[in-house]
Amino acid sequence: MDIKKVIMPIVGLVLWELLAIWLNNPVVLPPVENVIKILINPQITLLGTGTLVENTLVSIKRVLSGFIVAGVVGIPLGIFMGYFSTVMDLFDTVIELLRPIPPLAWVPLALAWFGIGETSMLFIIFIGAFFPILLNTIAGVKGVPKILIETAQTLGAREKDILLKVVIPASSPNILTGLRIGAGIAWMCVVAAEMLPGSSAGLGYLIMYAYSLSRMDVVVASMVIIGIIGLTLDRGLRYIEDRYFRWRYLIK
Amino acid sequence: MENILEIRNVSKKFVSKKKEILAVDNITFNVKYNEFLSIVGPSGCGKSTLLRMIAGLEKPTSGEILMEGRRIEGPGAERGLVFQQYTLLPWRNVLDNVAFGLEIRGMPKKERYEIAKRFIKMIGLEGFEEAYPYELSGGMQQRVAIARTLANDPKIVLMDEPFGALDTQTRTILQHELLRIWEKEKKTVIFVTHSVDEAIYLSDRVIVMTARPGRIKDIIPIDLERPRKRDTLEFIEYRRRIVNILKDEVLKSYNMYNYSKDV
Repeated sequence: MDIKKVIMPIVGLVLWELLAIWLNNPVVLPPVENVIKILINPQITLLGTGTLVENTLVSIKRVLSGFIVAGVVGIPLGIFMGYFSTVMDLFDTVIELLRPIPPLAWVPLALAWFGIGETSMLFIIFIGAFFPILLNTIAGVKGVPKILIETAQTLGAREKDILLKVVIPASSPNILTGLRIGAGIAWMCVVAAEMLPGSSAGLGYLIMYAYSLSRMDVVVASMVIIGIIGLTLDRGLRYIEDRYFRWRYLIK
Repeated sequence: MENILEIRNVSKKFVSKKKEILAVDNITFNVKYNEFLSIVGPSGCGKSTLLRMIAGLEKPTSGEILMEGRRIEGPGAERGLVFQQYTLLPWRNVLDNVAFGLEIRGMPKKERYEIAKRFIKMIGLEGFEEAYPYELSGGMQQRVAIARTLANDPKIVLMDEPFGALDTQTRTILQHELLRIWEKEKKTVIFVTHSVDEAIYLSDRVIVMTARPGRIKDIIPIDLERPRKRDTLEFIEYRRRIVNILKDEVLKSYNMYNYSKDV
């Protein structure tokens, strides 16, 4: 690895440690070793609310559920909106109006509709992931070169073939980009959603609960985990993009 | 029935917000079975539009096009079109590109790969079956596109300046190959080109079109034995004749661009 890339993180850790020693107040800034102690013992029950691993798994499960629903609804809708102008005209205005509303603004409505608990959280995650998936899918479908569709037509393709064998594969890199962005936002939403009243597990909950007990070491350790998972998610999906959609960058 | 294709009084008008453009003006001609027909004309004379109408990708504004007595209403596999641009599906390798038409027809994998391989061999790309379009040169891509159209076994092969982007040497080889395939497979070919040489070398008849709006200026049968030699007196005479007809039209189209405000 390039040495220059690790200089700043190390400097940051050293500064953090020095600052923590100088402040000598773990409620404001916990020392590095306290946080590391929690991170390298993820199986230990924290503050009576389960282990770090358990809470992480709860958050991941929620993200996956909301994210999958967003994909299942967003991708087909995006394909139809991008391909059929009638469907576009039907949904476009509604989506343009709803799109700028931040997921968290939906919280009161979600609580009113689904009550305090799991469903509300899934709804918030769904909202967060849905729009990037939908919009990237639409852009992908609209960006399919017309000449590829015409080529398929002169080879005898019907509407179904064109959709399945030209439009969807051609737009799949954009769809994947939408999924990657959607996953990132969903991951941010889950943490926020878990801070809502009624939550009793998950990384977001752990952060808020630890805060109420002034356990900043647990707060920071949870934040580190959130960062690492978000990064892994993004890198993993980027890897798939590069590995399987290389043709996208190399079209002559 | 002698004619595979009848083009009857076909006109095409493109209407945009600002103006109407008459691209093709009242064209009538027939194409015989197994004929090799070329269309030459100045840029913008509507030859590509004509080809696209035969392919069914555009509808004539008036007139009709009949294939084997039936009116053409849309694109279909019996009229394959080789585009001027590169049109391979970038996520498919050469084999799956060539087999595409057969695949959507529902032909089993083994069978369609067999046919595709035969055509890949024919265009001289044996060994490139697994290659992706981005790994191929422009000329190779165009050859794959030709193989893809031929493998689909259309009755009429429409070609829109298929060799336009290729270097002279590749072009000469592919012209030769195309004739060989045409003779062997008994296809009807309609070939749009800029090159008078190419048209004479390949065709039974050459249609010369006027500058926009595109009309038929002349139809010239080429009575030369194949394989043709480009340096014979007869060949040169044909070239002189067609170039002369064309020259006026090219000038006209040039003037049209210059004085378009007066038109």
